[in-house]
Amino acid sequence: MTLMRDRTLLIIFTLFVLAAPLIFAPTGAAYPDLLQRFAIYGIFAIGFNILFGLTGYLSFGHAAFLGVGSYSAVWMFKLLSMNILPALLLSVVMAGIFALLIGYISLRRSGIYFSILTLALAQMSYVLAYSVLTPLTNGETGLQLRLDDPRILDAAGPEGFLPSTNLFGLEMKEVFWNPTVFGYDLQFNWGYYVSAVMLILSFWISIRIFRSPFGLMLRAIKTNQTRLNYTGVNSRPYTLAAFVISGMFAGLAGGLLASMDPLAGAERMQWTVGGEVVLMVVLGGMGTLIGPVLGAIFIKYFENIFSKINEVVLQGWFSFLPDWLSNFLVTIVSPFVGRGWGLTLGALFMIVVIFLPGGLVDGARRIMRKITGADRRAAKARNE
Amino acid sequence: MDAILLQILNGIDKGSAYALIALGLTLIFGTLGVVNFTHGALFMIGAFVAVTVGKVLDISKITIDPSRVDFLGNPAKIRTPYVTEWFGDFGLWLIEWSVLVSVVVAIPVMILIGIIMERGLIRHFYSRPHADQILVTFGLAIVLQNIIKAIFGANPIPQSAPDLLQGSVDFGVWVGMAENAVVYPLWRLVYFVFSMVLIGGVFAFLRFTTFGMVVRAGMADRETVGLLGINIDRRFTIMFGVAAAVAGLAGVMYTPISPPNYPMGMDFLVLSFVVVVVGGMGSLPGAVLAGFLLGIIESFASMPLIKDSIAAIGLPSIDQIIIYLVAVIVLLVRPRGLMGKAGMMEE
Repeated sequence: MTLMRDRTLLIIFTLFVLAAPLIFAPTGAAYPDLLQRFAIYGIFAIGFNILFGLTGYLSFGHAAFLGVGSYSAVWMFKLLSMNILPALLLSVVMAGIFALLIGYISLRRSGIYFSILTLALAQMSYVLAYSVLTPLTNGETGLQLRLDDPRILDAAGPEGFLPSTNLFGLEMKEVFWNPTVFGYDLQFNWGYYVSAVMLILSFWISIRIFRSPFGLMLRAIKTNQTRLNYTGVNSRPYTLAAFVISGMFAGLAGGLLASMDPLAGAERMQWTVGGEVVLMVVLGGMGTLIGPVLGAIFIKYFENIFSKINEVVLQGWFSFLPDWLSNFLVTIVSPFVGRGWGLTLGALFMIVVIFLPGGLVDGARRIMRKITGADRRAAKARNE
Repeated sequence: MDAILLQILNGIDKGSAYALIALGLTLIFGTLGVVNFTHGALFMIGAFVAVTVGKVLDISKITIDPSRVDFLGNPAKIRTPYVTEWFGDFGLWLIEWSVLVSVVVAIPVMILIGIIMERGLIRHFYSRPHADQILVTFGLAIVLQNIIKAIFGANPIPQSAPDLLQGSVDFGVWVGMAENAVVYPLWRLVYFVFSMVLIGGVFAFLRFTTFGMVVRAGMADRETVGLLGINIDRRFTIMFGVAAAVAGLAGVMYTPISPPNYPMGMDFLVLSFVVVVVGGMGSLPGAVLAGFLLGIIESFASMPLIKDSIAAIGLPSIDQIIIYLVAVIVLLVRPRGLMGKAGMMEE
């Protein structure tokens, strides 16, 4: 039963992701740059969910792994080749090693101590990237490609041009198909499809972990770690494994970010970025399969839409109303849009945490139950 | 010797801020068992209370003096702040000492904000998992930050200390050293003294008043105190207000040291958490001790002599990350922190 449902879910998910340029066309979000961000942050959130959703260990430090992934990928582009495959491999491996290190230290404590430790360690990595590690990270400027980089595997390109990232010749920036469907100008782009395949792969791995004995053990840690320890199970290897896996997902996301746009800066490691992935997972629904991806898409989509709205746009919307009312509404709404997107996000996040701890997925489930009347039937069955 | 003294002095002003914020965090944590991610935002709001008070005191009446012209040939506009018009010299004094006025204003404002926060939001999260408490206070911090950003903009707003307390003092002379050996900004000294008074006040309040005694009893065993017929919840709410006021006052007094802007709270929050963990969660003296200790260690690590000797043995400079390093080492060697008690949040 579960197997069937998972398979259906995976198939629907795959179709949805592959058709995303078409599906998002009416919403105005179907340009490659944004779609790539959906997919990449989806991967980041899926990975984070394996740690936070299953074990309940709340890490504020995952931005560090995203940053490590980005830096590793850019170094690979500089030294070896513009092919993204070795870059992604190195990102995942480096992020995994880094996660092992940070996880080993911070998993010595649980609960709040763990959150604070990851926060401190991530902030330390961020400061390191800014100051001490400048030879590796290029400090405030960020790591960029240069014309005189060795790139030992690549044939020399045309003089004076930076080469672009590719996967065996498929250039990430290239739009390979540009049809017009229902009057929408669709852009099918290699970069998005590479991210999409990675997203589907991550989703599949996440399903497998959720249904495996390992996943069950992680859930047991969340439910009652003390009891688990009393039954003779040492839970730390499991939490450490979950931590490293989620770090590797974050590294993959970082590597993909660098593959789409080959530069890496320390601001990607700031702990607020790690806070954003927490927002995504909680908003979408922690501990659910599809929730993190929904949360990532939701936040990135509305971030994009909201930051484009300014007072002029608002006045356009409310122009049918009497002047005083439209002015009033513009004054009320304008702090929440444009640069005030952070305010909306924070408020939304609080509302979700307070009223809907299960996130969007839980909300959808509740609505479905209301509609189908499953609650009433269940109650009736119980009464009888 | 003088170099060491100077580094200690350099460390204590940041250390004071860490200690004050960590003290508030620990108070909230010890009484209500909540880890308050909003505490940095409260520090920031305190700083912006000072900004607001400065602006309000500066509201001016503009009169036109036709007898004088400015360089464009227009009649000169003379700005007289209303407070000076109403109170004369006392008004001038108020503007001059606006930081002190802000302190007076900030106490009730911050207590009120704290009580509203506890009653309105955090109260409903006692029975929820710790992760939820962290998440909701984190969300609130984002909201508060963005409200301040919407009102005051994103740029730092410089504030000045009163003229009398500006400039530097020759601290070395006071302790019997040569002249100009240790010159130190006066306001930072004021900040240190202020924070000591505040910390002393909080400790005295807890130690020598009946209210404080009940609160301490409640921290030790909340249930029993409740069974004795004492409304411990209300006292804890007030303690939340006190903790908010401590953070707010730390923010008010910090404005002349660094111009307030909206993310300042978050920067301090991360470090204050480190301080609390190093000091030992739930231990008030631990928080204060660790605050000053980390401030001073940070200052020593940035000392040229030490920087050079570290570079000489081939290590990269560590002054920016020393606090985190110390925290990691302390937690590995002494997981409960310097003065932590057993069983605090270890489930």
